[in-house]
Amino acid sequence: MDADVYSKYTVVIGLEVHAQLQTQSKIYSSDSTEFGNSPNTNVSVITLGHPGTLPRLNRKVVEYAIRIGLACSSEISRYNIFDRKNYFYPDLPKGYQLTQDRTPICIGGTVTVSPKNAEDREIRLNRIHIEEDAGKSLHLPEESDTLVDFNRAGVPLIEIVTEPDLRTPEEAYAFLAEIRQLVRYLDICDGNMEEGSLRCDANISIMPAGSDTFGKKVEIKNMNSLRNVQRALEHEIERQVMLAEKGEEIISETRTFNETTGTTSGMRTKEELNDYRYFPDPDLSPLVVSEEWLAAIEEKMPVLPRELVKKYVQEYDLPEYDARVLTDSKEIASYFEEIISHTDQYKAASNWMMGPVKSYLNEHTIEIGDFRLTPVRLVDLMKLVESGKVSFSIASQRIFPVMVEDTDSSAAEIAKRLNLIQESDSGAIEQLVDDVVADFPDKVTAYRKGQKGLLGMFMGEVMKRGKGKINPKMANELLRNKLG
Amino acid sequence: MKINKELLLKIAHLARLDFDEKTAGDMEADMTRILDWVEKLNELDTEGVEPLTTMSHEVNVTREDVVRTHLSHERALKNAPEKDTDFFRVPKVLE
Repeated sequence: MDADVYSKYTVVIGLEVHAQLQTQSKIYSSDSTEFGNSPNTNVSVITLGHPGTLPRLNRKVVEYAIRIGLACSSEISRYNIFDRKNYFYPDLPKGYQLTQDRTPICIGGTVTVSPKNAEDREIRLNRIHIEEDAGKSLHLPEESDTLVDFNRAGVPLIEIVTEPDLRTPEEAYAFLAEIRQLVRYLDICDGNMEEGSLRCDANISIMPAGSDTFGKKVEIKNMNSLRNVQRALEHEIERQVMLAEKGEEIISETRTFNETTGTTSGMRTKEELNDYRYFPDPDLSPLVVSEEWLAAIEEKMPVLPRELVKKYVQEYDLPEYDARVLTDSKEIASYFEEIISHTDQYKAASNWMMGPVKSYLNEHTIEIGDFRLTPVRLVDLMKLVESGKVSFSIASQRIFPVMVEDTDSSAAEIAKRLNLIQESDSGAIEQLVDDVVADFPDKVTAYRKGQKGLLGMFMGEVMKRGKGKINPKMANELLRNKLG
Repeated sequence: MKINKELLLKIAHLARLDFDEKTAGDMEADMTRILDWVEKLNELDTEGVEPLTTMSHEVNVTREDVVRTHLSHERALKNAPEKDTDFFRVPKVLE
C-alpha cells in the first residue's frame, strides 16, 4: 500500500508496560525472586494461595514505584489501598491478582520520547501501579497437561499505563527505550525484555485522519524486544488499514505477535469471558506515604539521563550525539563523570569514550563495570597526549591497550618503555622535512603553483619516515615554511 | 435487582460452579431475594462516607525486603492433585 492510503488514517497507540522490580523477596511474601531456579523452589504458602495465609507488603516495592513516579513527574498517592482482580487461571493460585485499581501509587506524569528521524514528544501517563506477577504456565506440545511453575508468582511488578498518545510504531519503540533506560538508571529493574523482566502490551486502533473518535482497539501481546514491538505495530497498522479500505469491520480482540512471521493473529484461549470484579483487598492494610518517607526517596534519586544530556550539551558544549551515547547507560555516564572531574577537556574525554573505550568494550564483549582501566589512569593518558609527547593515534593504538593490562605503570612510563615518545626536537624534524622536500621536486613545484592539497601527502611522508613519533604540529609548521 | 437466567449462567461460569439446570428458576428467585435484602442498605444516606476496605485501623503493615526460609519444593507440591517431580500439572489450558 502506498503512503497516500496510510495518510487517510490516524493511528492511536497506548502501551501497558510491566517491569519486574529488582527486589530480593516477593511483593507480599518473603520467598526469593531469583531468576532461573528449578521450578517451584521459590514458593511459600502465601505464593501458593493456601487458605489462612496473609500477605504483607514489601516496603522496597513502594519505594521503587515512587522512584519511577518521581522520574516521570507523576503525582504520588499518599493513601493507597490494594484491590483484587478476580479471574481463574492456573498460574494464579489465589484466583485473584493483588493489584491497585482505585489508588494507583503514581497518577499521571509524562515521558519525553525521541523517535528516530522525528521530533521529541511528550507522552502522558495515565498511571503507574504496583501488583504481583503470576506464575508461568508451560503448554508443551508433547504434554497432555499444562505445567505450572510458581517461582515467578508474587514477583513485584509495576505497570506503567500511557494515555493513547502515541501515533507511530517508532514512537512506541522510543517510549519503551526511554522506560528501559529509566528503570536501569533508577536501579529498579534490569530492563531485560528477552528474559521478560520488561514486558509490553499495546493497544492500537485507527481512525479517519482528522477524526476524534477512536476506532475499535486491538490489544497485542507477546512482543519480547523493542524491535518486535515496532514490527508488530507496523504489521497491525497495515492489517487494520487493509480491513478499513475493504470496508470490513475491525474486531476488538487480543492478538498475539509471531516473531518468525512478523504477523499478529487472534488468540484463542478457553478463557473468553472476562469480568474482573475488582474490589478492595481486606487482607492488606492501607498504605500511607508520609512526607518524610517521600523526601527520603527523593533525596536518593540519581541524575536522570535527559538531565545529563542537557548538562553535557549546554555546559560542556558536547554534540548531542556524544551526549546521548555517553548517557546511554548509567555505568558509562558515571565513568565519564569521573574522567571530567579530573580534566576539563570534555570533547577529548568524549572522543576517548566513544572511540577507544567503546571499541575495547565491544571487542572484548565486556561491560564498563569489568573494564580494568580506571578513569584516573585514562586521564593520565589524555594528559600525555595533551602535552604533545605522543599523538592521539599512538596513544589510542599502542599505549591504551597496554595500560588496560599493565595496571601499575603510568602512561609516560609505558610510552618510554615502548619508545613512543614523540620527537619534539626541531632539528631532527627539520632534517626529515628537508629530505622529503628534496625527494619530491615535481610535487614541490606543483604545490608552489597552487596545488595546496599536496600538503597532506608531504605530511604523510614525513610522519611515515618519523615512524609516527614526531610531533605533527611542529612537522606541519616546518613543512609549510619550507614549501613557502 | 432481578437475577435472570443469563446472569445466573454468567455468575456460575465466573465461579466455575455447575448446577442442575432444572433448578435454575428456584436459584434465580433465591438470588433475587438475597440481593433485594442487601439492597435495604441503600436506604441509608452514605453521602461523604468512604468505603470500608479493612476491619483493622492499622496502616503500613509492611515488611523489609529480606528473603526468609520458605516452603521446600517437596512440601510445596505435596497436596497437589496432579504433579511430577518439578511441576504442578493442570488440565491443558491452551487449545
